[in-house]
Amino acid sequence: MAADERGGQQHANRDKQEVEETAPEASGDLQERQEKLSEDVDSMLDEIDEVLEANSEDFVRGFVQKGGQ
Amino acid sequence: MSVWRIMGTETEYGISVPGNPGANAMLISSQIVNSYAAAMHRARRARWDFEEENPLRDARGFDLARDIADASQLTDEDAGLANVILTNGARLYVDHAHPEYSSPEVTNPRDAVIWDKAGEWIMAEASRRAAEIPGTAPINLYKNNTDNKGASYGSHENYLMQRTTPFADIVRNLTPFFVSRQVVTGAGRVGIGQDGRAHGFQISQRADFFEVEVGLETTLKRPIINTRDEPHADPERYRRLHVIIGDANLAEISIYLKMGTTSLVLAMIEERFMSTDLSVEAPVRTLHQVSHDPTLRQLVTLRSGRKLTAVQLQMEYCEQARKFVEDRYGSDVDDVTKDVLERWESVLTRLESDPMTLSKELDWVAKYEILQGYRKRDGLDWDSSRLELVDLQYSDVRPEKGLYQRLAARGRFERITTDERIRQAVDHPPEDTRAYFRGRCLDKYADSVAAASWDSVIFDVPGRESLQRVPTLEPTRGTKQHVQALIDRSRTAEDLVRALTEG
Repeated sequence: MAADERGGQQHANRDKQEVEETAPEASGDLQERQEKLSEDVDSMLDEIDEVLEANSEDFVRGFVQKGGQ
Repeated sequence: MSVWRIMGTETEYGISVPGNPGANAMLISSQIVNSYAAAMHRARRARWDFEEENPLRDARGFDLARDIADASQLTDEDAGLANVILTNGARLYVDHAHPEYSSPEVTNPRDAVIWDKAGEWIMAEASRRAAEIPGTAPINLYKNNTDNKGASYGSHENYLMQRTTPFADIVRNLTPFFVSRQVVTGAGRVGIGQDGRAHGFQISQRADFFEVEVGLETTLKRPIINTRDEPHADPERYRRLHVIIGDANLAEISIYLKMGTTSLVLAMIEERFMSTDLSVEAPVRTLHQVSHDPTLRQLVTLRSGRKLTAVQLQMEYCEQARKFVEDRYGSDVDDVTKDVLERWESVLTRLESDPMTLSKELDWVAKYEILQGYRKRDGLDWDSSRLELVDLQYSDVRPEKGLYQRLAARGRFERITTDERIRQAVDHPPEDTRAYFRGRCLDKYADSVAAASWDSVIFDVPGRESLQRVPTLEPTRGTKQHVQALIDRSRTAEDLVRALTEG
């Protein structure tokens, strides 16, 4: 996948949150915590996978609206 | 003044029958509204009272001639489309080709969130009810603003303002705020341009559909500041600012800050507190550019020549608001105003340093996190239909299918209210506006209410030759405090009308 600056930044940020939540943990387990964080996003994606409509291309093509206000 | 004022929201929901893109939108929208109405088990359905509606009145002081108006602007002509007034004081009806939920009038942004979220619940319930009719294909509803093929539909905010405030002051001080507030209130969108032709992510659902700075239209040549001047209240005292530029939000914090910060800025305008002119160059183009840059680095050029980011421009407003509230209230500030100010400042600070930390608070950041996760895990690019589907399905109102709804149920979003409070607001009106009178009348005297609107309830009672119209022109009256005892002791509508006309 293409280099993704924001993805990296996102992990760093979430890492800070993780520090607060697991406060007693000494710094240095950065990698472990990053893995935990990406597991968190992965588990969210897994849950979304289960409910996403099948055949995304047809589904979004079929969503046609008339204009409103 | 503070964040407190009479306010409300109106949301047109996206609607579709999966597998049948040609389904008649007006018809299926009517099915949704009628299904919900039928579930209320009422013998009589009150019609909407159009007497006080003036959709062609312009805040700049003239009326648009009816014969040159676009047909879509004639919202006061009853097209015979489905319409129901709910016991929570809201209106559920078909507007153009979408089912619309117009919330009851509330007094503060926290209540605005509660009764706006009640609308999502009502739409989900309506969709469930409609699907129970044998032979009916499921109808999906989406709280979003575009089909990514060129069509947009609105989610409007309404704020009651002092009539004495010159409209030019509103335009001058509010335009830069609206150009920049999307960094807080955006719902996020996959696709750039009205028809989503260019691939990429942008902050706002609605931004690309705005083409002019000021105007009366809402369905074409959409203006940043809408001039519709239809106060649904005493026009000598009030104007209703009809805001059409917002995104339909699902995240409670997004809705809360959208309503709260806008109300606060309006208070500063009314009290002429804004000391610096923050007018921006080319506001329409800037609005688009800010939306198109989720890195938040896009610079906005002010007419003064100063350049700053949209987040910094919001900080200017936030800082002024903090001074304003300090000046007016000191430490006596109410909890909601204090909370809005603190959250606003906190959100802006983090948008500057670490935007992705807001993925549990703001819609666009939450959506962006999911999309970036998919791009990374599955190697998808922005032209992927799967990403477009995530964008769409984020706003699906069904608890089992909607991505926001599912993630929220798992506690992934920060909240400012509870499911219990929202569920209660589905059937019950706010207690501190005229919506209380309307909602209670619809609940207790349903069979005697011939019609109702924001500023009236019309009764059809035995023994009276004509219909009895009770005007409710003052939005701050008809509250629980004013009318609870009266309604409690009036067993029938006849009793109520007698008490009102003789009392």
